[in-house]
Amino acid sequence: MINCKEAVARLWSYLDRNLDRVEEEELEAHLGLCRHCCGELEFARQIRGLLRRTAGAVGIPAATRARLAAFLKELEGSDE
Amino acid sequence: MPEPVELLRQGFEEFVRPHLEYMYTLSVRLTGRHTDAEDLVQDALLRAFRGFPGLRNLQHPRLWLTRIVTTAFYDRLRDTQGPDTVSVDEKFDLFDTIVEEDPFPYSDRVHLDFLELFDDVKVLEVLQRIHPSHRTALILAYVYGYKAREIAEITDAPLGTVLARLHRGRRQLERELWDYAVHNRLLTSPQEAHT
Repeated sequence: MINCKEAVARLWSYLDRNLDRVEEEELEAHLGLCRHCCGELEFARQIRGLLRRTAGAVGIPAATRARLAAFLKELEGSDE
Repeated sequence: MPEPVELLRQGFEEFVRPHLEYMYTLSVRLTGRHTDAEDLVQDALLRAFRGFPGLRNLQHPRLWLTRIVTTAFYDRLRDTQGPDTVSVDEKFDLFDTIVEEDPFPYSDRVHLDFLELFDDVKVLEVLQRIHPSHRTALILAYVYGYKAREIAEITDAPLGTVLARLHRGRRQLERELWDYAVHNRLLTSPQEAHT
């Protein structure tokens, strides 16, 4: 049986589905008995949610958009 | 009559324009600054333009452009950043620290309360405190939802390196979230809460 330290170290990889079958089974066995690590797992999900929440576009400032559009036009007309 | 390369380049603007917003947003997340992001997008557009005639698979433009933006970002860092191995506090555990420090003594959802201290701007600021290659892996994985093997392809790194960067990035993220909250006085200390 893995201990809490090993279990916590595997939680994000578990959520990413990057563990092999044995590692996953060991973790799930631990989670079945450890309330603390279940809390850690839920918190890991919440932190991932925090990052995911920031995924929206930040919006290109109008002046930047104009410069980038001009740069694109310049590229198509260039000999690069 | 146009040269073959010119013919291939025709349509580049049409191809890339729908993804400008995405490229810019990714660049802001990587660099943390709008001015740097604009420079990075211009650099990436130039690289994309040069590579466009050789692009055989047009089915996944975002993956291709993500790789170009990320490579351009790494190239900018190459001369200014230290080695990939930064010291990471493996002992720090944010979940336990919140319980031990008890910044929300009257709450029964202290961990959610802690995360709710961070709006998008604060999250971006925290991400900027993380080592760039680790930050890049975190952003690609958890903001944009790329799988580890895709990040390996995007960043031209072995899968094991990506997994290590994700691990170290997560450890740094937890530490930096806590330090940011403390340094910016986002937390109510137990002493203050009890008075």
